Amino acid sequence: MTPDGSGEPQGPDEARDRHDGLLPELVAHLRTNRTHLREQWSSRITDARLLSAMTEDEVFTEATAIYDNYVEVLETGSTDALQHYAQDLSERIIPRGVETQDVVNIVLLLRDVLARSLFEKYREDFTLLNRVLDAYEPAANRIANMVAVSFVQERERVIRDQQDAIRELSTPVLQVRERLLILPIIGILDDPRARQLTEQLLKGIRAHRAKVVEIDITGVPDVNEDVANSLVQTVDASKLMGASVIITGLSSEIAQTLVTIGVDLSKMDTVGDLQEGIEEAERLLGFRVVRIDDVRS
Amino acid sequence: MSGADPPESGPLRVSIMSQGSYLIASIHTALDDAHFERFQRNLSDQIGQKRARGVIIDVAALDVLDSFGSRTLRDLGQVARLRGAETVVVGIQPEIAFAMVKFGINLEPIYTALDLEEGLALLDRLGRSGAGSRQHTD
Repeated sequence: MTPDGSGEPQGPDEARDRHDGLLPELVAHLRTNRTHLREQWSSRITDARLLSAMTEDEVFTEATAIYDNYVEVLETGSTDALQHYAQDLSERIIPRGVETQDVVNIVLLLRDVLARSLFEKYREDFTLLNRVLDAYEPAANRIANMVAVSFVQERERVIRDQQDAIRELSTPVLQVRERLLILPIIGILDDPRARQLTEQLLKGIRAHRAKVVEIDITGVPDVNEDVANSLVQTVDASKLMGASVIITGLSSEIAQTLVTIGVDLSKMDTVGDLQEGIEEAERLLGFRVVRIDDVRS
Repeated sequence: MSGADPPESGPLRVSIMSQGSYLIASIHTALDDAHFERFQRNLSDQIGQKRARGVIIDVAALDVLDSFGSRTLRDLGQVARLRGAETVVVGIQPEIAFAMVKFGINLEPIYTALDLEEGLALLDRLGRSGAGSRQHTD
């Protein structure tokens, strides 16, 4: 364990043997200076204004856990515990709005803090410092890489779950009167969803023998060219199956946008809101709704 | 069944039936150019013979309706109109409707309806409201 400082060129096998010898020393150093280094790290996290979504105590607790896991990975070479922890951490803090970028920066900060402390410790012996860094850096890089990957994976998992959820609740095709269907669209209408919606609607038209379909887009936040075009396609396809479509819930902003981008909606039957749409549909179908005056008496 | 003498031989892929003042043509299987031409001629002849006011073309048996097929249907509709009959295409399946709009194919200006029943009802309405001086009797 004593540094020999010879600086002789080493073969790869020999180098690894030496690293194996150096890592325990390194770990011992990180353990001894745990409190000091951890504080240094925490203060740099705060200085960089990372993790602003979390309180200082929380940051400190997580920092401690990461630090200990980090040292353990350096000691044992096994990333299982850290991976598990990173996954758990990402599950906990991603919903609170912590960015992957922040987390990566934090791990890189720790890498930096520890590297500086190694510089300080071994600055007298440049050759030994080099060898220490040779042992430290690959391990540190692997850790940073792994934490980043598990965060991205968690994020992707969340996105997939949400996509599934959206698909499942997607869009009900509801019958409100004989031969009248209503399609309330809520949320963003992207291409796969527009496609699924059209398919469901066409099947619904055949199943219910619908003559009029009302598509309510009050809940669609943004109507761009693609969405407008897919609506036009839905209307055309419904027409081919003999059903006429009424679009309701076009806000004034959306109406202006559509006119500005020049989407041709002239073939579409649009009315202001859901209620007017139902009234229009009833007229087309020959229904008349009459209030019974004596109900209250 | 077909009243006109088909100029070409071979099995019929389209049956044309007469129902009141309407003709109902069912396409049983995919048609090629020659078949479509023969169908168009048959139909046009029969509109005259039967003094038909309306034509229903049932495409429920088709599993594809490409741009050629839909152009032919449009032509057919225009020929029928020149002969004094409105055309309604019925029975377009959801998958076909979806594919048609995806590829920008449409059947305008001919009418479409869900099925035979709807098609007949539509022709009744058109007969009642449109065509000014034309007297339509059920």
